Amino acid sequence: MKSKEPFIKTQNLEIYKVDGSKALSLPYIGGVRAGFPSPANDFTGERVDIYKECVPHPEATYFARVTGDSMNKDFQEGDLLIIDASLEYRDNQIAMIFIDGEYTMKRIKKTDGKCFLLPSNDSFPLIEITSESNSQILGIITWSFRKHI
Amino acid sequence: MPLFAHIDCNNFYASCERVFNPSLIGVPVIVLSNNDGCAIARSQEAKDLGIKMGEPLFKIKDIVEKHNISVFSANFELYGDMSNRVMTIASQYSPEVEIYSIDECFLNLEGISDNPRDYCLEIKRKIEKCTKIPVSIGIGSTKSLAKTATRIAKKFQKKTQGIHFIDSEQKRIKALKWLKIADVWGIGRQYSKRLISYNILTAYDFTLLDEKWVKANLTSVGLKLMRDMKGIPSIELENIKEKQSISVTRTFESRKEDLEDIRERVSTFACKCAEKLRKQNSLCTQIHVFIITDYFRQDLSQYSNSINIKLPYPTNSSIDLSKFATMGLEKIYRQGYKYKKAGVVIMDFVPEDNLQLTLFENRNPKHTLLMKAVDKMNTHYSQDLIRLACQSPGKTWKMHQDHISKRYTTNINDIIRVKA
Repeated sequence: MKSKEPFIKTQNLEIYKVDGSKALSLPYIGGVRAGFPSPANDFTGERVDIYKECVPHPEATYFARVTGDSMNKDFQEGDLLIIDASLEYRDNQIAMIFIDGEYTMKRIKKTDGKCFLLPSNDSFPLIEITSESNSQILGIITWSFRKHI
Repeated sequence: MPLFAHIDCNNFYASCERVFNPSLIGVPVIVLSNNDGCAIARSQEAKDLGIKMGEPLFKIKDIVEKHNISVFSANFELYGDMSNRVMTIASQYSPEVEIYSIDECFLNLEGISDNPRDYCLEIKRKIEKCTKIPVSIGIGSTKSLAKTATRIAKKFQKKTQGIHFIDSEQKRIKALKWLKIADVWGIGRQYSKRLISYNILTAYDFTLLDEKWVKANLTSVGLKLMRDMKGIPSIELENIKEKQSISVTRTFESRKEDLEDIRERVSTFACKCAEKLRKQNSLCTQIHVFIITDYFRQDLSQYSNSINIKLPYPTNSSIDLSKFATMGLEKIYRQGYKYKKAGVVIMDFVPEDNLQLTLFENRNPKHTLLMKAVDKMNTHYSQDLIRLACQSPGKTWKMHQDHISKRYTTNINDIIRVKA
């Protein structure tokens, strides 16, 4: 879209400013050449949407940021976590749990009627959950993201 | 047979705070109004300590300190998002939903399940699992009976497991005999006083009245309500309508006397209104401005006034609305008073795409594009990055929010910190 007044005007050239406010974001389909349309034209799809991919239940999804290193085989400090509260806990998944006044994330192990939280860093101890511990599962960690630049 | 469910979040604002700080579970929590003035939400524990709805913080300071009550400034960004989650989940259980308020909705359950109680148990379980917000659900053959049932579910939490179903005439009568007239949905203080003077003390007494008498004394709205409570569906589900008025009013941090200062406030309020209006793609044709002095300081001279302005053309431009609002203010402002509160209300909306309107108007079409750009910048960068020059530069006025929690779900910098 061009505005009425040229931005730069010479004898044989007029340059107009582009009004970006009306620009639409569309998937790139390939250059158009006269008489030779792109064979992919009929197959345009929606662009990959990472949010849709990682957040199938937006109303039950929460985000968190990792601090500490008790789960260093799984996460690093600063990782961004996606937590889905609609899922049931399954073996070997990592849950986000509130215990002893703060949120943490651990694997959950049930043996002999006892319940433990497992760190993945060997230098951290197991935590036993008893009926007295004030604990609550927020949800299951479904994805983690790390920025590399 | 018609069947409605009414879902109500328990102590909603306090419950929202608990989602992100579960150590608040089981301890008294209160949430304060804008400017940290009054308690507008209380956890059950805070209610049990005798803290009343709307009580000013300074009056309850002693109880707060003595019982170590957790105090929060209202975090409406968080509450709004949590409400949205609850409503989205509820909507998955019925094709017809009415979102009644930030923490309540009605579902039409007609023909949806053979076992409505179990169905609602599943809704409750799902909402609580996904949002951690506890809810109570009432079920009945009309909206007002469902709402009554919710009251019972809340009051007798243990016995009902948070769900009550008025599924027989016997239960209906029992419920209505229990419900005080002042607590009946839609019966305000004035009406309940009057009804009590006629010895109508419960909802049940109310349903036994003569229809003609009710219509004469409580209008046709009262009659509808009465029939509804008798079990004849008379109040229909309302679709989620766009708001028909938008208001922004605030109590000032300190009393203001100067026209300049108040003009800045009123202009800011008008811009906020305009922003909300643009979000719902509407234009308004009327604006209302009011100013009030501090009623609680009877030692100071009192003055209040308001003005309604019919706009010459429909608009949602911050520039226009700010202009008309300040024009109105200048008309009602009187010198020599210390003002405590001001507000702007915009009304009479028309859809933005209503082309007919453009025939008479002289609204400036450039504003539309400009406002779009402003909204975009303000969403992408920081809130209120771009303001009108007559709006606050940020230092003249600030809302008191000394105890506000983070925007855990709406700002990436505020998300939960999780300790590994």
